[in-house]
Amino acid sequence: MIEAHGLTKRYGKTLAVDSLSFEVRPSQVTGFLGPNGSGKSTTMRVIMGLDLPDGGSATINGRPYRDLPWPLHEVGALLEAKAIHPGRTAFNHLWMLAQTHGIRRSRVDEVLDLVGLSEVAGRRAGKFSLGMGQRLGIAAALLGDPSVLLFDEPVNGLDPEGILWVRTLLRHLAGEGRTIFVSSHLMSEMALTADHVVVIGRGRLIADRPVAELVAGSSRRFVKVRTPQPEVLTPVVVGAGATVAPGTDGSLTVTGLSAEAIGDLAGEHGVRLHELTPLQASLEEAFMDLTRDSLEFGGQGVARSEAGGGAVASPAQEGAAR
Amino acid sequence: MSVETVSLGPARPLPPGHYGPLGQLRSEWTKMRTVRSTLWTLVATIIAVVGIGAVATAVTAARWRSGGIVDHIGFDPTARSLAGVFLGQIVIGVLGVLVMSAEYGTGTIRATLSAVPNRPLVLACKAAVFAVVAFVASEILTFGAFFLGQALLRGSTPYATITQPGVARAVAGAGLVLTVLGLFAMGLAAIIRHTAGALTTYVGLLLVLPLILQAFPVSFQHQVIKFMPLVIGEHMAATNPHVHDFGGGALLSPWIGFGFLCAYAAVALVVGGILMYRRDA
Ligand SMILES: Nc1ncnc2c1ncn2[C@@H]1O[C@H](COP(=O)(O)OP(=O)(O)OP(=O)(O)O)[C@@H](O)[C@H]1O
Ligand SMILES: [Mg+2]
Repeated sequence: MIEAHGLTKRYGKTLAVDSLSFEVRPSQVTGFLGPNGSGKSTTMRVIMGLDLPDGGSATINGRPYRDLPWPLHEVGALLEAKAIHPGRTAFNHLWMLAQTHGIRRSRVDEVLDLVGLSEVAGRRAGKFSLGMGQRLGIAAALLGDPSVLLFDEPVNGLDPEGILWVRTLLRHLAGEGRTIFVSSHLMSEMALTADHVVVIGRGRLIADRPVAELVAGSSRRFVKVRTPQPEVLTPVVVGAGATVAPGTDGSLTVTGLSAEAIGDLAGEHGVRLHELTPLQASLEEAFMDLTRDSLEFGGQGVARSEAGGGAVASPAQEGAAR
Repeated sequence: MSVETVSLGPARPLPPGHYGPLGQLRSEWTKMRTVRSTLWTLVATIIAVVGIGAVATAVTAARWRSGGIVDHIGFDPTARSLAGVFLGQIVIGVLGVLVMSAEYGTGTIRATLSAVPNRPLVLACKAAVFAVVAFVASEILTFGAFFLGQALLRGSTPYATITQPGVARAVAGAGLVLTVLGLFAMGLAAIIRHTAGALTTYVGLLLVLPLILQAFPVSFQHQVIKFMPLVIGEHMAATNPHVHDFGGGALLSPWIGFGFLCAYAAVALVVGGILMYRRDA
């Protein structure tokens, strides 16, 4: 269980985290989403007691990080920036951490095995690929068998196999009753991994709800229509109160009418339909809807056109995503 | 590698008690011995202290007969064999700086402080482990340099034995000076956190400060020079204080001077510890 109460953190003039409050519960994967520079990494560093908040507090299992009797047994973290000396071997990196808690050598071998680094345990970490470095970071996080785990963009730089591996690991850990808090700026990634999301923008809380609700709550629903007679159908549906936008592939995107209503109207006017697909805003769009107002670098125009373009997914894909 | 095949099991209840200095001391020792820079700086210290001492004494022995009476007056065979301590002070400072600054430079500090969030404890354990390593290495080196140097002088020049007055103090004291200067450098690194910045500051305080002092009136120089780390170190490594009498200004006795060195190191470490406690990691 992680709790943040009114967390505030400034770096000089930058307000990185702004009175942020949320809870991360056990037995589920909680995604931590926000655009670049929205304060995700900062929040995680504050939770880990590495950066000191200017206001508010963060607790793990009810205690501030500094008061944890056995930090590695309670929390494990893979943070954004590397925390490994390139000249030290993977084994020795874990071993020096293990010694602080009297963790036995066999546990070090165990986590190395778990992340698939047993064969390179004696190699210096500086020679590791990005993915291997990431795995070593995950091994360090798991070393003390903690009940709370934080991962800051764990799939960064991983190949598809690695991404799948991390995803499976996170789900597995949550299944064991652990508290999993994982940041990303990819909503689609979170859709596959998280049960719950905490969304922030400019350091402020934007949303804190189950993923399913976030998708369902997205206001934008539309219907993709393909017809050889668009010049006939368009005035008919517009007359019924819908808006029509031509798609790039010759299809029409109709907003404001259900697929049934469009089909009925087409039948009444003898318009032939080749496709009629109800669509929902994708998670990525739901995310951008949420964070649009808080985009750090004023890229609204770009964000909108991307959202209107390829970022729509079919209900079937959404189903698979969950 | 498959997640399913290795069960982590549910999180277990916490063991009794809490983390403490013993585990942290072990961890710091592991950290120190598992990076190559430690070995290389220690090798460099051997070359500096023993190597330079051997060369200095060998050259003195070879030139003794052709030298004039001026060279022979006040000749301190102990100080000559410890000539390398001067450079050794710089090299041990590099080790002291690296032990601390590498944590920040590589980001290891985040792993360290995640495991042990008590920052003063981390610094204290790091300093303790460094002090033991530096002390053992320094004493071996200064005694080694002394015995090797005297062996090279013997037969050509007057030479010292360890039982003569002031000799054991000079040799053991030189090792202590090296240790404490290393700790001073480590404290600076805790304050500055960057390898280059900390090294520059250390070398600056050691070597450049006495040079800057020369711009000031001589009377002021005489009052202040005795507090310079380099002067204190050189005085400690000699048995004959008159040779190192800077223009008549009274020097501190070797142990008083050493007390000042310890105070410098303590101040640097305490300030470093306070900053470490207050700053973001
Ligand atoms: N150590 C620091 N010193 C100064 N400013 C910082 C520091 N760390 C973060 N910031 C600033 O705080 C804000 C939040 O940064 P943070 O790294 O927490 O965002 P993020 O959500 O993790 O972004 P990203 O998705 O790019 O990783 C940014 O404006 C950043 O420039
Ligand atoms: Mg980040």
